[in-house]
Amino acid sequence: MPHVAAQYLPVLIFLGIAIFFSCLFVGLPIILANLGGFANPDSEKLSAYECGFEPFEDARGKFDVRFYLVAILFIIFDLEVAFLFPWAVSLRAVGVFGWASMMVFLGVLTVGFIYEWKKGALEWE
Amino acid sequence: MIQALAFYLFASITVIAGMMVISAKNPVHSVLWLILAFFNAAGLFVLLGAEFLAMILVIVYVGAVAVLFLFVVMMLDINFEELRKGFYTYLPFGLLVGAVLLGELAIVGLGWVTSDHAASLSRMPAPANVTNTQALGQILYTKYVYVFQASGLILLTAMIGAIVLTHRTRGGVRKQNIGEQNMRQPSDATALVHVQSGEGL
Repeated sequence: MPHVAAQYLPVLIFLGIAIFFSCLFVGLPIILANLGGFANPDSEKLSAYECGFEPFEDARGKFDVRFYLVAILFIIFDLEVAFLFPWAVSLRAVGVFGWASMMVFLGVLTVGFIYEWKKGALEWE
Repeated sequence: MIQALAFYLFASITVIAGMMVISAKNPVHSVLWLILAFFNAAGLFVLLGAEFLAMILVIVYVGAVAVLFLFVVMMLDINFEELRKGFYTYLPFGLLVGAVLLGELAIVGLGWVTSDHAASLSRMPAPANVTNTQALGQILYTKYVYVFQASGLILLTAMIGAIVLTHRTRGGVRKQNIGEQNMRQPSDATALVHVQSGEGL
């Protein structure tokens, strides 16, 4: 199957260019500063910039579990949509049976959707 | 040639990123390395010609699952320094378990017999004149209909399970019930009282 991968050659070239330039932009100032003798750190330069927050506490705080619920429900419907793509492009080939099997699949997930709607899981309050 | 180079690039970065996932000290960094591994696995899928799987890997795993992992890692309010305190105490036992697992893997690996036709059997020939996505769609909804429906039921179970485990109705929240508001009649809220003059209510 080389022809499929060959279509992605421009993406690969673009990836290479992106990696090259991002390395250049990060690496060049460091190299120049060290080789040229411009590196002259002091405590003020290394401290947080004046409008930045002082890192005064741990970044890992507890936050509401509802974010997690929204993320899980998002993944489930994301997967449902992922199943729709091959179905949509091959609908002519799979015929009525393929159509009906997708309708059953969507029906099962609609039951879940009605459940979560009625439970109020989609509401933020 | 380019394909071989790209394969070794993606494969080596995948392996390195996988190693960094388990060896990074900060769990958030682990998740970021995992995202890098996902991207490179998607590149390997493209090299195999499975472009639909590659795109789904990026959309579902990088877009959704990795975010979920980050949520979980962020939500764990664990002091990791505290967690690592008993490292040397548990080291002998951990090494024992690791050695047993390594031995089992070695036994399986040494007992592995590959068929002479393995190279030709490993990949199902793609049907001609259709794209990868169409080839998947032509068999997924008809030939593998039971597996497809089972995946729908698994998604339903995950949905209900997530709601049952994490959904809590909060008390003391004042919400607007628009239907109730609209159904309200003037007679429910007001009353006309004839007050005799001089008597008061």
